[in-house]
Amino acid sequence: MELQTTIYLVVGLSFALYIGIAIWARAGSTSEYYAAGGSVPPVMNGMATAADWMSAASFISMAGLIANMGYGGGLFLMGWTGGYVLLACLLAPYLRKFGKFTVPQFIGDRFYSQTASTVAVVCLLVASLTYIIGQMTGVGVAFSRFLGVSSDTGIYVGMAIVFTYAVFGGMKGITYTQVAQYIVLIAAYIIPAIFISVSLTGVAIPQLGLGASMSGTDISLLTKLDQVITDLGFGKYTNQLPGSTLNMFVYTMSLMIGTAGLPHVIMRFFTVPNVAAARSSAGWALVFIALLYTTAPAVAAMAKLNLHGTVNSAVGIERDPAGGLKVNPEAVKANADPYAVEASLKYEDRPGWMKRWEKTGLLKFEDKNGDGRIQYYNDKTKNDAAKAKAEAAGWKGNELTVNADIIVLANPEIALLPNWVIALVAAGGLAAALSTAAGLLMAISAAISHDLVKGVFKPDISEKGELMAGKIAMAVSIFVAGYLGLNPPGFAAGTVALAFGIAASSLFPAIMMGIFSKKMNKEGAIAGMLAGLFITLFYVFAHKGLFFIKGTEYLGLIGGANSFFGITPEAFGAIGALVNFAVAFAVDKVTKEPPEHIQHMVENVRIPRGSKAVDGAH
Amino acid sequence: MQHNHDVQGYWKATLGLITKVLVIWFLCSFAAGILFADMLNGISLGGYPLGFWFAHQGSIYVFIALIFWYGKKMGDIDREFDVHED
Repeated sequence: MELQTTIYLVVGLSFALYIGIAIWARAGSTSEYYAAGGSVPPVMNGMATAADWMSAASFISMAGLIANMGYGGGLFLMGWTGGYVLLACLLAPYLRKFGKFTVPQFIGDRFYSQTASTVAVVCLLVASLTYIIGQMTGVGVAFSRFLGVSSDTGIYVGMAIVFTYAVFGGMKGITYTQVAQYIVLIAAYIIPAIFISVSLTGVAIPQLGLGASMSGTDISLLTKLDQVITDLGFGKYTNQLPGSTLNMFVYTMSLMIGTAGLPHVIMRFFTVPNVAAARSSAGWALVFIALLYTTAPAVAAMAKLNLHGTVNSAVGIERDPAGGLKVNPEAVKANADPYAVEASLKYEDRPGWMKRWEKTGLLKFEDKNGDGRIQYYNDKTKNDAAKAKAEAAGWKGNELTVNADIIVLANPEIALLPNWVIALVAAGGLAAALSTAAGLLMAISAAISHDLVKGVFKPDISEKGELMAGKIAMAVSIFVAGYLGLNPPGFAAGTVALAFGIAASSLFPAIMMGIFSKKMNKEGAIAGMLAGLFITLFYVFAHKGLFFIKGTEYLGLIGGANSFFGITPEAFGAIGALVNFAVAFAVDKVTKEPPEHIQHMVENVRIPRGSKAVDGAH
Repeated sequence: MQHNHDVQGYWKATLGLITKVLVIWFLCSFAAGILFADMLNGISLGGYPLGFWFAHQGSIYVFIALIFWYGKKMGDIDREFDVHED
C-alpha cells in the first residue's frame, strides 16, 4: 500500500476509535463532567494521566533536545518524572480527600478567601493557555507533515475532534479517550526504538541497548558516541552540562515542582475513587510515563550516532543492502579518521529520507567548501585538535543543519522501517498533542464554569445550568485555543517555560502550605502567591521582554543575562517558589491565625477515611 | 468525627514517611544524577557511566519504586491508626 494511503488509514482508524469512545462515555452530571464521577480505577487513571502529561513536546521534541544536550538533557527526564513523587506524597491524596473539582476551589476554601481563589484562577488560566498554544501548533505540524494538508486545516480537524469528545464527554469522555491515545502513542514511540536498538546493538530493549556494546564489538555504544562526537569537535555526550551544575540543579527542581503544580495534572487525581487510589494512581502514571521517558534517551543517543554514521563513514555504520542500517564491527574498532576526504558522504549519495526532509526545510545542506560532500561537525569548537584537523582537511564550516524535531519523526525512515510504522508515528504524534490539549481545555473550562461562574457570579446556579456553563466554556476555550494555534503570538516558543514557572512559583507552594501548615492564613498565602508570581515574571520578562513583547527586555536592570547566579529564566520557577514560601511565612507571622473551622478542615483533609463520602460533594 | 483516633500520632508517622521518601528522591536525582554525577561517572554500569545512568535512567526507576513503596507504607500507617477506608 502507498505510504500516504496507509497513513490516512491508520490515523483515520485512531480518530474513529476516539469518537466511538466519546459517544460511549457521555457525561450526565457535573460530577461526571468535572471528575468522571470519581470512579476511574488507578491503572486506567495512570494511563490517562500519562497521555495527558505527554504532550507533542514530549513525543516529538524531547529526544531531539536530549540528542543535542547529551547528559544535560537529563534535566528534562528527571524534572518531568520526579514531580510525580511530589504529587504522590505531598498533594494528590489530600486534594482527593478534599473532594472538590478544581485547584482554585481548594485554594479558595482552604484560605477562606475569594481573592485567593481568583489569584489561583488567573495563574491557572495563564499557565494552561500558554501551554495549549504549543499543543495546537503541534497538531497543525503533525497534520501538515504526515497528511499533506495545510497546518491550518490540521488545526480545524484537531479542534473538531477534541470538541466532539471534550464537550459531550467532559472529564469522563476525555479520560477514556486518553487511555486509547496512550496506547497509540506509546506503541508509536517504542516500536521504531526497538528496531533501531536491535540494528545497532542486537539488544531488543532500548533501555538496555543504550548501555550495551555495538554489535560485533566490545566497544560500548556510549563510548563510541563520545569518541565520534568529540573527534568532530562537539562536547562529550555523557557529561556536557547545560550552563553550570547549579543551573541544572535549579532547572530540574523547577520542572519537578512545576509538574506537581500544573492544574491539568492535579485535576486527574480528583477522578479516582479514594485516597489510597490517588497515591497509587501517581505511581501508575509514572510507570506509563517512564516507558516513554526511559526510551527517549536511547532514541536520542542512537539517532545521533546514526545521523553521524550516515554522513561520515568513519563512524562504522553502513547502509545495509537489505534495508536499514547495520554496524560494521571492523570499522567501529578501527576508529578511522573522520576528517579523511573519503569519509564524508557525497551529497548525491545521500539517502531518500534526507531528500524528503530537505523539502520541509528542517534539514539543510550548504556546500561551503564546494567539494560536493557533507561535512557535519562543530565549527565553533574550543577543542584545538579538532579545529586544526578540520582546517587541515579544508573544511570551511559545518554544512548540515538538522532540526531537533527530526530525531523522532524521521526515526522510522532512517531505519527504513515498514510503512505502517511510519503511519503509526503520525498517529502517535497526533494522539500526544490531542490528549494534552483536551486535558488542558478541561482545566480551563472547569476554572471558568466552576470557579468563576458558580463560585463568583452565580452561586445559586443549578447542576444542569452549571453543566451547560461547563460545556459552553469548553467550546469557547477550544475556539480560543484554535485561534491561538492558527495565529500563534510571536512569543509562543518561550511560553511553555513560563507555564512551569508559574505553576512552580505560585500554585505548588500555595497548595502545599494549605495542607502541611495548619496555621497558614489567607494573608500569607495570597502574599506568597503574588510574590512568587511577580519575581518569576520579573526575571523571565527581563530576558524575554515585558509580556514577551520584543524590545522591552530590561536586562540592564538586573545586571545582564542569567545574572542570578547564572540561572536561566526557564530554570527560575524554583527560586520563585522559595520566595513564595518565605514571604508567606513572614506575612503569616504578623497576621492573625486562620479561623477554627479552617484548622479543623485541614485536620480532616489529612485523614483518608471518608473520602468516598465527599466524592462529588459541593 | 476522628476525635477517637490519635490524629497527632498519625500525622507524625505520615511526616516521618514523607521525609524518608523525599530524602531518597533527592539522593537518586539531585545527588547521584547531578551533584556527584562526575564522580560516579568513574564507575560503569554495563556500558553506562553511572552518573549519566542516574540522570537518564536510574532516577526514574527509583521514583517509580518510591511511589509504590510510599503507597504501601501509607496504607500500613492508615490501618495502624485506624483511619483507612474499607
